[in-house]
Amino acid sequence: MEYAIEMKGITKTFPGVVANDNVDLQVAPQEVHALLGENGAGKSTLMSILFGAYNADSGTIKINGQEVNIKDPNVATELGIGMVHQHFKLVHNYTVTENIVLGLEPTNKFGLLNIGVAEKRVAELSQQYGLQVDPKALIENITVGAQQRVEILKTLYRNANMIIFDEPTAVLTPQEIDELMEIIRRLKAEGKTVVLITHKLKEIKAVADRCTVLRRGKYIGTVDVDSVTEQELAEMMVGRAVQFEIEKAPPNIGETILSVRNLSVADHTGQMKVKDFSIDVHKGEIVGIAGVDGNGQSELLYGLCGLLPVAEGRIFLDREDITNTSIRHRIEAGLGHIPEDRQRHGLISNFTISENCVLKNYYKAPYSNRYGLLDQSKMLENSDSLIEQFDIRAGQGSLTPAGSLSGGNQQKTIVAREINLSPHLLLVAQPTRGLDVGAIEYIRKRLLEERDKGRAILLISFELDEIMNLCDRIATISKGQIVGIFNQGEVTEREIGMMMAGSKHDGETG
Amino acid sequence: MKTLKKKESFASRLLSSDGAVSILVVIMGFLVGTVLVALVGRNPLNMYKAILQSLTGYNIDNGKMNVRYIGETLNYTVPFVLCGLSMAFAARAGLFNIGGEGQYIVGLTVAQVIALLGPQVKGLHWILAILGAILIGALWGGVVGLLKAKFEVSEVVSTIMLNYVALYLSRIVCLQLPGATTYKTANYPETALLNNALFQKLTNNSMLNNGFFLMVISLIVYWFIMEKTNLGFGLRATGFNKEAARCSGIPVVKSISISMAIAGAFAGLAGGIVALGSFRYGRVLAGMDNYGFNGIAVALVGNNTAIGTMLAGFLFGMLKNAQALMQGKQIPKEITFIIQGLIVVFIALRSAIALYLDWLNKRQLQKEVISK
Ligand SMILES: Nc1ncnc2c1ncn2[C@@H]1O[C@H](COP(=O)(O)OP(=O)(O)O)[C@@H](O)[C@H]1O
Ligand SMILES: [Mg+2]
Repeated sequence: MEYAIEMKGITKTFPGVVANDNVDLQVAPQEVHALLGENGAGKSTLMSILFGAYNADSGTIKINGQEVNIKDPNVATELGIGMVHQHFKLVHNYTVTENIVLGLEPTNKFGLLNIGVAEKRVAELSQQYGLQVDPKALIENITVGAQQRVEILKTLYRNANMIIFDEPTAVLTPQEIDELMEIIRRLKAEGKTVVLITHKLKEIKAVADRCTVLRRGKYIGTVDVDSVTEQELAEMMVGRAVQFEIEKAPPNIGETILSVRNLSVADHTGQMKVKDFSIDVHKGEIVGIAGVDGNGQSELLYGLCGLLPVAEGRIFLDREDITNTSIRHRIEAGLGHIPEDRQRHGLISNFTISENCVLKNYYKAPYSNRYGLLDQSKMLENSDSLIEQFDIRAGQGSLTPAGSLSGGNQQKTIVAREINLSPHLLLVAQPTRGLDVGAIEYIRKRLLEERDKGRAILLISFELDEIMNLCDRIATISKGQIVGIFNQGEVTEREIGMMMAGSKHDGETG
Repeated sequence: MKTLKKKESFASRLLSSDGAVSILVVIMGFLVGTVLVALVGRNPLNMYKAILQSLTGYNIDNGKMNVRYIGETLNYTVPFVLCGLSMAFAARAGLFNIGGEGQYIVGLTVAQVIALLGPQVKGLHWILAILGAILIGALWGGVVGLLKAKFEVSEVVSTIMLNYVALYLSRIVCLQLPGATTYKTANYPETALLNNALFQKLTNNSMLNNGFFLMVISLIVYWFIMEKTNLGFGLRATGFNKEAARCSGIPVVKSISISMAIAGAFAGLAGGIVALGSFRYGRVLAGMDNYGFNGIAVALVGNNTAIGTMLAGFLFGMLKNAQALMQGKQIPKEITFIIQGLIVVFIALRSAIALYLDWLNKRQLQKEVISK
């Protein structure tokens, strides 16, 4: 059979990394072909080579059976290849149509711009493919989902037959994701070939015909999507068995570590976001706070770790009243914190991994001596060992700036630092947001390990999955107040969902 | 996908290196300066002759060598470097210290007071005066830090105001000093002077003095605090990401106060050195000496590093020394201010240029994506 796209033996290196290592890809005409791999697996690089944005170090590319040399994106466009980038390339104060025709503006016989013709064509295309956009709207006034449709229209307007989507769902809401899946089916039905880059298994199952898996730059295999389970795909992607449902031993609950009594916390604007909140967390258990985003979870966390002052109530850590103590004091008293916002609170992106790993104890032995002098070699030893233990993947090892790490590896760095401090209580917020399957599984496992070692963990997550999976007790929060606290297994996901929406457990729906 | 690889132009690679930008910007400053000199009908070569002379002491026109010029250049360098360090130290902790001038003035004033009224003990007198200058500078800067840390008073506003307070306070104080006229006081006793006999001998009686050692020590101290101590670690963390630093328990309030105090100490030291090293009497300031303000430029050009600040300070010192020589060659001395100003503007343009290149890149990409 003649493939629409055939890439053979593609190798591409960047300083310090082999992004693609002898990778093959064969895409049949009119199929939806998924390209699956963890963050950093080399998916974007491979497709950038196909699109002419990078040149491969070695390897060949055939399009419809013809060997081609795609030296730049112009050639790719001529060959009928279009790409919808992860970060859109739109001019914000131009209209939809202007963006679509940019560079090939239609002119009438006097050489004057004739936007009307273009608008008509755009309308036709959007009709044909079910891509709803207003051709006259300004880009800055339309939703992200609509902007993505404009990007798709841009490729169609240039007669693309093969369309590459680079992680198109990363920026979309669940509903927009469903719409996009529909659009991809429609593109296929209209005879287009689609390559879909993703690390989300559900999407592959939903639309793809076949799937090629990359792992750490290497080609792992190509499979028919119908003939494999999500489990198998995940295993190909991360290279080992993946557990979606983590097994865990029953908790071995000990004494109370954190005791929160009638806590109230106001946000920066003075609005009371946490009201009269009481909870206990014991040694050896994970307590989850389930709730819809914006119901006081962040403020609860900030109040506990000291980023926001407590308006009322008390916080006890190991029976010590830490209500009004400094952040450093709380850390020294055994409070660990994996913050919700990695970039803002978790890491200093200009600092190296090594420096980030000692952010909370750099001033103590063995990293500082009593004269306040830093010991770089001790810092490096520490981070080398954490990189190894936590499987943090970084181009320049301990000296990699944290800002250049992928999200998963940034999170692993934070988790490594916090666990390394052996805190008595670990506050964990949204620990797996935006991470791929492998990293998610890894981080959840680590948290359970810490629980089994006897740490108390308070977990805040907007993902019910995560809460149900990890927690021994679950508290639901709504408008800053506890709606109910349950042991794992006492309630169903559905009941919790309803409580999150604000209805009492025993009561009527609100 | 970011920029196209092969389009990673020379310009954008250059822009990503701080040192390269600084060198480029200095060259551009000189080029434009040269053109300006030519435009006003003077020979730009004379400008470079003056610069060469201030750098090496060699006078091309008559083939004579006078090492004194080297000494003067180095002496002028001292306050530029110290005020540069002042600005840079604060900048590393994420603060903008426009108050270098005020800190310099209070340092200068206290040094003058101690020089005229302090105990005239050989070997101790000038040290006391210099310590006084350092302390008052630290205090003057530390207050700003405290205001910022505790009450969120913008350091930019408070330092600008304190600059004027410092100037007028200095006048009031200095007018009370022994032998004060409207512009100067009595001569200092010998014990207060910073002069160094060896330097004087080596540099044919230039003003170069012990302040030079203090500058070298300051550079080392700066580098050492920043790179080797846990204090520096906390300051740098605060400068890069204040929120994350706070969340990690780093005492941000303390960091800010300390960094402003240390910044002030550097500028205060500069004031003390100029007071006791470049003059034999106390001055009743009529206006600002502008070393503090020039320190901002020095730190900018030097990218807030010790080495960079040293080189940039030297450049500024050299230009200052070249001014008099230029006038002798019919080149308006203002040209050096213009060159300094241009350098600062170009540095500031850096981010603008980066933005522009980014935009160009995007447009290029857009074109390539859509062209048929
Ligand atoms: N322009 C680049 N310069 C240096 N390294 C790069 C560049 N682009 C990608 N990489 C590296 O190549 C590897 C693969 O990256 P990428 O193709 O973006 O992965 P994916 O899209 O699968 O997440 C990563 O380790 C990444 O850090
Ligand atoms: Mg990618």
